[in-house]
Amino acid sequence: MEKMVKRNKSSEELKNLGLKVVKDIEKNKNPSVIVPIRALSNVIFNEKTKTLELGDKTSTRYFFNVAHAKKFLQTIEVASISKDLINEEKHASLRDVFYMAKRTIPGTNVNLVDEQSESDDIIEDLELITENSREQLNVNANKNGSVVGKVTIEDSGDVIRWDKLGSGGWSIPSNVEEIKFKKVDAKYIIYMEKAAVWERLNEDKFWDKQNCIIISSQGQTTRGIRRLLQRLYEEFKLPIYVLCDFDSYGFYIYSVLKYGSINLAHASERLAIPSVKYLGITSNDIEKYGLQKHLIKLKDHDLARLKQISEYDWFKNNKQWQKEFKAMKQNGAKAEIQALSARGITFISEKYLPEKIKNKDFID
Amino acid sequence: MAEIKAYELAKQQREISISEFFLKNRHLLGFDNPTRALMMVVKEAVDNSLDACTEMKVLPEIKIEINQINENRFIVIVEDNGPGIVKQQIPNIFGKLLYGSKFHSMRQSRGQQGIGISAAVLYSQLTTGKSTKIYSRVSSKRPAHYFELQIDTKKNEPHIIKDDEVKWDKDHGTKIEIEIEGRYLKGKQSVDEYVKETAIVNPHATFVYVTPEKEKFEYRRVTEELPREAKGIKPHPYGIELGQLMKMLQDTRANTLQGFLQNDFSRIGQQTAQEICSKAKLKADRKPRQLENKEIELLFKSLQETKIMAPPGDCLSPITAELLEKGLRKEINADFYATVSRSPVVYRGMPFIIEVGIAYGGELDKEGQIRLMRLANRVPLLYQQGACAITESVSETSWKPYGLNQSGSNLPTGPAVVLVHIASVWVPFTNEAKEAIAHYDEIIKEIKLALQECGRKLSIYIHKHIKAAEQREKIDLFEKYIPELAVSLSNLTGDKKEILQDRLQKLLKKELPSLEAANGENGKEK
Repeated sequence: MEKMVKRNKSSEELKNLGLKVVKDIEKNKNPSVIVPIRALSNVIFNEKTKTLELGDKTSTRYFFNVAHAKKFLQTIEVASISKDLINEEKHASLRDVFYMAKRTIPGTNVNLVDEQSESDDIIEDLELITENSREQLNVNANKNGSVVGKVTIEDSGDVIRWDKLGSGGWSIPSNVEEIKFKKVDAKYIIYMEKAAVWERLNEDKFWDKQNCIIISSQGQTTRGIRRLLQRLYEEFKLPIYVLCDFDSYGFYIYSVLKYGSINLAHASERLAIPSVKYLGITSNDIEKYGLQKHLIKLKDHDLARLKQISEYDWFKNNKQWQKEFKAMKQNGAKAEIQALSARGITFISEKYLPEKIKNKDFID
Repeated sequence: MAEIKAYELAKQQREISISEFFLKNRHLLGFDNPTRALMMVVKEAVDNSLDACTEMKVLPEIKIEINQINENRFIVIVEDNGPGIVKQQIPNIFGKLLYGSKFHSMRQSRGQQGIGISAAVLYSQLTTGKSTKIYSRVSSKRPAHYFELQIDTKKNEPHIIKDDEVKWDKDHGTKIEIEIEGRYLKGKQSVDEYVKETAIVNPHATFVYVTPEKEKFEYRRVTEELPREAKGIKPHPYGIELGQLMKMLQDTRANTLQGFLQNDFSRIGQQTAQEICSKAKLKADRKPRQLENKEIELLFKSLQETKIMAPPGDCLSPITAELLEKGLRKEINADFYATVSRSPVVYRGMPFIIEVGIAYGGELDKEGQIRLMRLANRVPLLYQQGACAITESVSETSWKPYGLNQSGSNLPTGPAVVLVHIASVWVPFTNEAKEAIAHYDEIIKEIKLALQECGRKLSIYIHKHIKAAEQREKIDLFEKYIPELAVSLSNLTGDKKEILQDRLQKLLKKELPSLEAANGENGKEK
């Protein structure tokens, strides 16, 4: 019953967007939609909650404007696709939505959307305009990421034990709202950005020996993983440690998990986990574990990104982090997690991680 | 005695070497591959025909036919309505390399070294062993002559296989049939392109061209006006090189240095001649042949330092801006044409005129680089585009202000043909194949000035018409967007799409002025 109400609500909000445009047309006004701005310029770091929040700056998208027209059309079209999905109780992937919107406008050589990034972008706009999450708009991302640990869950009526799924682990769906945790036996969680490192730790049964949960994605953390981590933290108070490359992109993965992302600042409440801690790789690790000979030289774009990150409000006054940024700049080099393999293939699971966790050698 | 013997030997050696030189260096003359050889044979024959018609002041009617005998063998037939050739001269013109009247005259003409048509005959002989057939008639009162010729390569002499009087329906003219090995391809460096470009820059001529595939092209004349006849001139002192001066001193008929200067150069009068002599510290009555090398050097220096009037421009025959435009219009289907014909200027004492034509839009290809047509004395240059001063000048000109796109110092891109013609008494080619203009600063500067002049005309057109059209096109898009929006919106709200569409159409009319005023740049969302 509650589900039904929710569905009607997001569908109604999409319809309201359309009705506003119709009203403009009836009033003989240039039709427009107001879209909150999703950029650093409109992101505020809330010192109290320690998360990113979206400011109240907006932009107006007009139909009768040579530069806006196509995006305006995309907005209405994707809204209409999403509304149909909700009414038909079907879920589509971002890729599906792209193909549902993609077509050549008759009499022109213009495609309504050319790249999936365009329709993805509109979905994020619609989340803000209608104040519904992507999942509530019945759009899912591709599943991405694996998890293993002594955990039993129930998903769509199936009972699943994460520790009985062999080398692949449980693959994390894009929507984890409906999952029920039946039993969780772990002291902490390690999230890592590299699937290869996860495979190493799984093969070494690290999670069994250390009694923890290990989760990975490939590159940026998806919303499904972030929401899963947040639920495990909130429902079981498990500490979460982040294992990333020592480079500006690794730092930002940590930043997104902890504070929320600039692009999805509106969803921080549901996704950010202010208590996560950065486990490594740190500048200290490089010295302590003798990784100096296994560094990668920084390129211009690395340095540019590093400068950007070091100036973010939420890092600006953090002494520990500023020390890391400075060290990287001085070294002129970055380090991958896999550099630890230079010390032996099981070095990471037998020495590095246990030692760091025992000593509480984290950055907050 | 020994000296005379040596001279005789030298003469013989030289004659032997000319034909053999060709054998070894045919790439220099443009016969290096079968595709190019076919084009060269047509080109040499057509050049001769056009020059002959110009001399006789008749409007040229030239028929070109290429018959393919088998995969790599062709018969090239070129027939003109020119003055014809007197019987005695036919074997020499076609059967002897470096024979011709043009070599010693300073006048703008297509061929210059007289190597052209006989080189084609030699090439035919080398590749097929066949004789070249020539029909020629000088007047209706005289019979037509028919020759079959080969070249004695050792002696550089014509070898006459057949010599007949025949019936011919033409009053005057020449027809040549050459059988060669070659390859026929279409494209930028083809016979087709050569004929087309030749037709553009010779708007007074009619060409009928039958390809090996039996396609027939007719290029009709668009003017009855003959090109201005180019007057012959003597060398200008600023244009000669030291070696040339030495040779002229040997060959002159004058007995005194002053006489030599006055008679053998253009623009040197009595006073100037005396000034040159005194500057060189040479007596005016010195015998030209007896000057020593050191003295010749002084004379050469003095020639360059003395102020001498620029040579007369009447030795040149430009196409003229008006006729160049007519030529472009008849062969290129575009929306806009601009042409420029500059005044004569001088490089190394040689007067030259640069003419530029641009055709834009219409059926021209919008993608990729512009089509560059290079011509020298009305002859298309189809090879060695990269090595040519014309290409350099076009690439180094900044085209963006004139409305064409360009990346770095490359040829611009866009739907345009850029034609550059250089008319000169002595066109400086980079080599004997005569396909690329040498890089003289004066020439490059003048080409750039002509391109800029033409570019300004193009720019006015593009900014007025094209930019407006682009804007129009964008606004037209709204007409196409409206039904799409109506459908999506109707699906979203349940409103009737026909009503929405109708209202949006009305709204478009209302918004149109502000859309047009915004000139396509409404900027970011605010």
